[in-house]
Amino acid sequence: MSALLEVDGIGKNYGSVIALRDVSTVVNAGEVTCVLGDNGAGKSTLIKVLAGVHQHDRGRLLVNGTATRFTSPRDALDAGIATVYQDLAVVPLMSVWRNFFLGSEPTVGVGPLQRLDRKRGKQIAKEALADMGIDLRDVEQPVGTLSGGERQCVAIARAIHFGAKVLILDEPTAALGVKQSGVVLRYVAQARDRGLGIVLVTHNPHHAYPVGNRFLLLKRGASLGCMEKSEITIEELTRQMAGGAELEALEHELREVAAE
Amino acid sequence: MSERMNATTDVTDERVAQDHLAQRLVVRPEIGALIGALVVFLFFTFVTEKFFTMGGVATWLDDSATLGIMAVAVALLMIGGEFDLSAGVMTASTALVTAIFATQVGLNVWLALLLSLIFALGVGALNGWLVVRTGLPSFIVTLGTFLALQGLNLGVTRLVTNSVQVSGMRRADGYESTGFVFASTFDIGDTSFRISIIWWLGFAALAAYILVRTKFGNWIFAVGGSAPSARAVGVPVARTKILLFMTTAAAAWLVGSINILRYTTAQANEGIGLEFQYIIAAVIGGCLLTGGFGSAIGAAIGALIFGMARQGIVFANWNSDWFMLFLGIMLLGAVLVNNTFRRRAERVRR
Repeated sequence: MSALLEVDGIGKNYGSVIALRDVSTVVNAGEVTCVLGDNGAGKSTLIKVLAGVHQHDRGRLLVNGTATRFTSPRDALDAGIATVYQDLAVVPLMSVWRNFFLGSEPTVGVGPLQRLDRKRGKQIAKEALADMGIDLRDVEQPVGTLSGGERQCVAIARAIHFGAKVLILDEPTAALGVKQSGVVLRYVAQARDRGLGIVLVTHNPHHAYPVGNRFLLLKRGASLGCMEKSEITIEELTRQMAGGAELEALEHELREVAAE
Repeated sequence: MSERMNATTDVTDERVAQDHLAQRLVVRPEIGALIGALVVFLFFTFVTEKFFTMGGVATWLDDSATLGIMAVAVALLMIGGEFDLSAGVMTASTALVTAIFATQVGLNVWLALLLSLIFALGVGALNGWLVVRTGLPSFIVTLGTFLALQGLNLGVTRLVTNSVQVSGMRRADGYESTGFVFASTFDIGDTSFRISIIWWLGFAALAAYILVRTKFGNWIFAVGGSAPSARAVGVPVARTKILLFMTTAAAAWLVGSINILRYTTAQANEGIGLEFQYIIAAVIGGCLLTGGFGSAIGAAIGALIFGMARQGIVFANWNSDWFMLFLGIMLLGAVLVNNTFRRRAERVRR
């Protein structure tokens, strides 16, 4: 059986800047692939290629084993790849149910008489969120009134409801406190257990390790390797993330500077 | 115990039980404008004798109507996160285009109106295209179109007629029938009301319907609230914004048509400064300057406040200078109220 999503030696340039080179990994159904790296490592570029925002220049992008090239985010969505961006997941001033259906609104009537099916929309949104274990008082409340974790969850529930097979989460825990991060990670695990393939982008190995099945480490646009959970410990993951040997060299340099 | 379980699994959540009418009203964007309109109405009703007579009502509704049509369109655009400073001068441009085609070229007025509409939609599309293409603030882009149109209005009019006005609509073919549609009056009792009032109410109702009941309305809120989020879930952001600019231009065409057929003469320097009145009416009506929040009905009420105050001051025999003072206070008050209400809207039902 082929993977839901696979990248093979993928590369991307922005003009003369090589943002990504020779990165390979797979995303299987019911598994979480974590993409880890510091700022500027190429995490964003990689997910933008996967989400159809940018096109890759080298390598192959395979969806269910077929080489594909997305021309737009809509294209990727139609292929079942949904992306939840860290801070652009929702429109704060709009109500929960309007956010839930944004871009795929339920309607009744045809032609000029086509209008929103508000009753059905509210009901479906409430049910879909309840399925994820998010119990909202009122789906008419603006999303801005929800906590950061709940907002991410609305976006995740939305992606699942609209038939996403692969869910890309861009730094879902970056702006959140410890407790809220835990809440989001629980929904990530829940989505995984429903059989979705998940790409979790983060720079926090402590968030990645408990839910991840495989870890893709990126640095300065290149891959440091893609490890299965069995091949790496959280200590090793943290050390590699932090720069490992480099950090020791830096320490040494700083000591020399101080000595002068 | 089982009774309690039943209560909590009821369709309506028990935590919204205290969500009464008052609370629902408070989060609506137009509520501030509605209270303001009531205050202004009662004030002038008691201060002047003529204000609340049939003739008085016809006068301030007339004043509110053309302003209201534009305020509603501008409100949609503002909810979509953009401004159009060329909206005021567009009302003159479209009137001039219609007048020149009808009186100088000799076309039927209906045809002249059609050409003028095409012109308006073209300028609106250009405004929108420039804004979404360049990513520049619409404030600066439409300031450019505003100045360009102002120059064109004067320059072309002078070239064609050797003066700064185009007149003689009354003699053009189709003046009677177009005048009936855009500039006639209807009687209630023995008082004449302008047909523009019907256009205003109809346009406001249509805009309100589109805004809250259709997919496109959802997109308007989304592109103004957060364009990148909207784009990420597949909302056609550029198309939505361009259509909003075209709507504003089309509304300016409607107002231009009403004006040219009513006064039969178009002045080349008209419309300048009106764009701010539209924005003020929309803001009084509950629109946020930052986009993503507002109401079409609110903007229509904002225009009503405008018209009532302007005519009320005349009825009271005060100097019209006081109108500007009133306007300034009203605007500041509205912005403060909007801000508070928006925070309530975000905070309420925690």
